[in-house]
Amino acid sequence: MDSTRRGFLAAAGAAAAQEAAHAQDHSHDHDHAHQVVPSDPALRVKALESLLVEKGLVDPKALDTLIDQYENKIGPRNGARVVAKAWTDPEYKKRLLANGSAAIAELGFAGLQGEHMVVLENTPKVHNVIVCTLCSCYPWPVLGLPPVWYKSSAYRSRVVIDPRSVLMEFGTEPAEDVEVRVWDSTAELRYLVLPERPAGTENMTEEQLAAIVTRDSMVGVTKVSVAA
Amino acid sequence: MNGIHDMGGMHGMGPVQHEKNEPVFHHRWEARAFAITRAMGGWGKWNLDASRHQRELIDPARYLTLSYYEKWVEGLIQLSVKAGLLTQEEADRAKRAKGSAKQVPPMHAEQALTLVTKGAPAIRNVTAPQRFQAGQRVRARNINPTGHTRLPRYARGKVGTIDRDHGVYVFPDTNAHFQGEDPQRVYSVRFSARELWGKQASPRDSVYIDMWDTYLEPA
Repeated sequence: MDSTRRGFLAAAGAAAAQEAAHAQDHSHDHDHAHQVVPSDPALRVKALESLLVEKGLVDPKALDTLIDQYENKIGPRNGARVVAKAWTDPEYKKRLLANGSAAIAELGFAGLQGEHMVVLENTPKVHNVIVCTLCSCYPWPVLGLPPVWYKSSAYRSRVVIDPRSVLMEFGTEPAEDVEVRVWDSTAELRYLVLPERPAGTENMTEEQLAAIVTRDSMVGVTKVSVAA
Repeated sequence: MNGIHDMGGMHGMGPVQHEKNEPVFHHRWEARAFAITRAMGGWGKWNLDASRHQRELIDPARYLTLSYYEKWVEGLIQLSVKAGLLTQEEADRAKRAKGSAKQVPPMHAEQALTLVTKGAPAIRNVTAPQRFQAGQRVRARNINPTGHTRLPRYARGKVGTIDRDHGVYVFPDTNAHFQGEDPQRVYSVRFSARELWGKQASPRDSVYIDMWDTYLEPA
């Protein structure tokens, strides 16, 4: 590769342009409606991975394992099982609220970014909602990796100063006499909201209940509804 | 540092854009960037606090325009160069420098799985004075360190109430700069919304913030 090229992005862009047999000025690439090369970050990360593999710094199989865990094994279905069990087993709920990490581990969920779990119970009088204003802290073992909205500037900036308008955007409208508690995950504690069990679910099994518990309800931006 | 990352209470960021049925990763490169970053952490050349701080150091205008995993990649490259795992030239050219030593062995798949399932606890089994009790009024100190801190600007100088004592944890303000873990107590502190934001806020609402002992003084 031409040694006069400066920067990773330029180098990766040049390689892709060669592949596509394009010999034009790349500074115009992003204006093209018909993009024939992948977006810049894709090239950049591909080049970085190749470099790190070549240097013996990463093993692609380890990368595949990490991705597989978060795409296929770990996600909000885990948290939903915790919630459904708490709804149906009062003793479990007590343990869950007293020691989140230990009770969640009873169901086999533990690990990275969930080492120190605290569970917050929503009630008719208290509505809890979770945020990380400083970065993107989120309870991975029970909810998986955070969605884009949770990591967005809009959510991080607004939910602490104006939680009710943010909740409204999610279709959630706590009554005036409800206390809205926002939990800013500034330390290594990770929070999970135990949503209210909706009316009309008295005859549902634990498994059926788990199926109606949504990710957003465990962050605290929505409530669980039977229609869901 | 009083950086762009410290966003609590800012205006002008628009509505929250919620995507239905969002995939874990929107592009394969995001998945690879995520995994590379985690695997590179396995070399033990930096810690979680240092990696957060590295992302805070991204130029503020770029911080707002880069996507989430682009920030991760940016941070990872800087950390790798600082730690000597990559040279700046290698990072710039995406090409291994002639004669550069090959590192072995990288994190393998079983170690990656152990990392995911066991995690990396930040709690420390050491004694530290419990200066505050649940129910006690405290003030978040008005500090403006230029390095890493997890005391958000919107809470500085504000008075709250100790909700609970979480135990003793690594202190990010020193750990991010490789100046030791300085384990100390972390408390959950309840601030009324009105204390933080004034009369415009609901009289009932509150924000709970986790605070290390150093951030607090009696009120």
